[in-house]
Amino acid sequence: MATFLDFEEPLKALEDQIAKAKEIAKDAELDMTDKLKELEGKLAKKTEEIFSNLTPWQRVQLSRHPERPYTLAYINAITNGTFQELHGDRNVKDDKAMVGGFGLVDGNTVMFIGQQKGMNTKMRQYRNFGMANPEGYRKALRLMKLAEKFNKPIVTLIDTPGAFPGLEAEERGQGEAIARNIYEMMNIKVPIICIIIGEGASGGALGIGVGDKVLMLENTWYSVISPESCSSILWRSWDYKEIAAEALKLTSEDMKKLKLIDGIIKEPLGGAHRHHEETYSIVKREIKRQITLLNKLKPEERCAKRIDKFCNMGVTK
Amino acid sequence: MGWFKRKTEGITTSTKDKKETPEGLWYKCPKCQTVVTSEDHASNFFVCERCSYHERIGSEEYFQILFDDGAYKELDKGLASSDPLKFEDTKKYVDRIKESQAKTNLTDAIRTAYGKCDGQDLVIAAMDFKFIGGSLGSVMGEKIARAIDKAIKTNSAFMIISKSGGARMMEAGLSLMQMAKVSAKLNLLSEAKLPYISFLTDPTTGGVTASFAMLGDINIAEPDALIGFAGPRVVKETIGRDLPDGFQKSEFLLEHGFLDYIVERHNLKKEVSHSIRLFTS
Repeated sequence: MATFLDFEEPLKALEDQIAKAKEIAKDAELDMTDKLKELEGKLAKKTEEIFSNLTPWQRVQLSRHPERPYTLAYINAITNGTFQELHGDRNVKDDKAMVGGFGLVDGNTVMFIGQQKGMNTKMRQYRNFGMANPEGYRKALRLMKLAEKFNKPIVTLIDTPGAFPGLEAEERGQGEAIARNIYEMMNIKVPIICIIIGEGASGGALGIGVGDKVLMLENTWYSVISPESCSSILWRSWDYKEIAAEALKLTSEDMKKLKLIDGIIKEPLGGAHRHHEETYSIVKREIKRQITLLNKLKPEERCAKRIDKFCNMGVTK
Repeated sequence: MGWFKRKTEGITTSTKDKKETPEGLWYKCPKCQTVVTSEDHASNFFVCERCSYHERIGSEEYFQILFDDGAYKELDKGLASSDPLKFEDTKKYVDRIKESQAKTNLTDAIRTAYGKCDGQDLVIAAMDFKFIGGSLGSVMGEKIARAIDKAIKTNSAFMIISKSGGARMMEAGLSLMQMAKVSAKLNLLSEAKLPYISFLTDPTTGGVTASFAMLGDINIAEPDALIGFAGPRVVKETIGRDLPDGFQKSEFLLEHGFLDYIVERHNLKKEVSHSIRLFTS
């Protein structure tokens, strides 16, 4: 059973009607072509209507949609099954919330790194809800250095509700691990493309989020804090999440306007959660395009531009 | 029966003769309750004489401690926050800024300055916690970035004194990217082979810890300072039990390998200038 968010309900009603019409057509051997055509037209229109007027909070909901593809699904589709996962930070352990490894994109090796969420309760726990510990960030850095050594481009896929705020995480230096990644990623000599595919929460996202091109899928969010936490801190109540989502300017459109990201990857109409295959191929095309463009620059030039880009972020008077 | 008995009931001193105690003449240590005169407290670097509790101090006090004769040139004094997001929670962000500015007489949560420390060139960026919790926003990012430029230009050592609750929520994505911005600049400082001393004071948490505060060539801290990524309340909620004593304190971080040394305020100038000398001699 597909999951529908509250604002998607009208779509569910139409889809149910279509299913019913098909059933009748089959059972009673009636020609329902016209009726089906009409309903499908309505569905397309309604989808367009809903998805062209999404509020920031609805985008946040979409970014967390349970049927939205997660990192490994993207990687497996984009590398056409050639992905070989690499494990461990060589220090403490293997963080299941952060995955990475090499794979082939139409014959060329690319390093993929990203936070991984789980598909069901058990896997969500196993993946720690996509919240990495310091060893996750250190694994990510190890893999980036590996890619640099063998001159392979890096793609990071970001989808996290935040870095894990646990006791051991603090003991092992969560702050230091994220800081080190941000710092080192500025100067890694191969192309780095970062794509927010779901949630981009604060330092946990930025810890693998420094690149030549930082892109957001259309229905994702990226900010310094989640709207819920923002609501609880600034309004001292969980009830202002919609307003907080609005105020934080966390959508791809707003982030682009503020020049904090480089581009938006359009999702198929109806969202990535309804169109997995199409989304994979759109993302793959974008990755290939960006790698080709970035490969035209000399490594030093690329790093200088990367550093320069981040140095220009912010607004003061 | 008491030994002594009041001859006349009630307070008989006239209001005119009442002795007023001027405000701020005394300092009472919040940890051991020892009372000293404010003057003595200041001359003791705002450290309790008895239990050596380090009171939180601001940029000016640190500049006075570190720069020779307390002399320095402040950089980018006028740089202030604008409000590109038109952020409003229970209060408008612009009003919050104005109020803080009026209350603290500061323009934002950091001041940057250039001067000499035991005769050696030093650029310092020091935070003021009383300005919206020392939060990291566009102004702090830009001021640190320019201070690093200054250090590179003048071939000076560079020091950040962190005292911050983390990123400034009211600047959302813009404040998040200041973490990246300062880290980017630190790469340039590193290329110039100039020492960066990160000095962490109570408290240093959130986005500041998760970026430049942890990136010093040496990371040093004041004793008993709270230093962490997540705040203790959040960690406690996450693990669902009480936190061990001393958790996320300077001594804890030193023990876990994230600090080079802890320094008492009395020795701050001596140790910092010695570190710089060891880097540059």
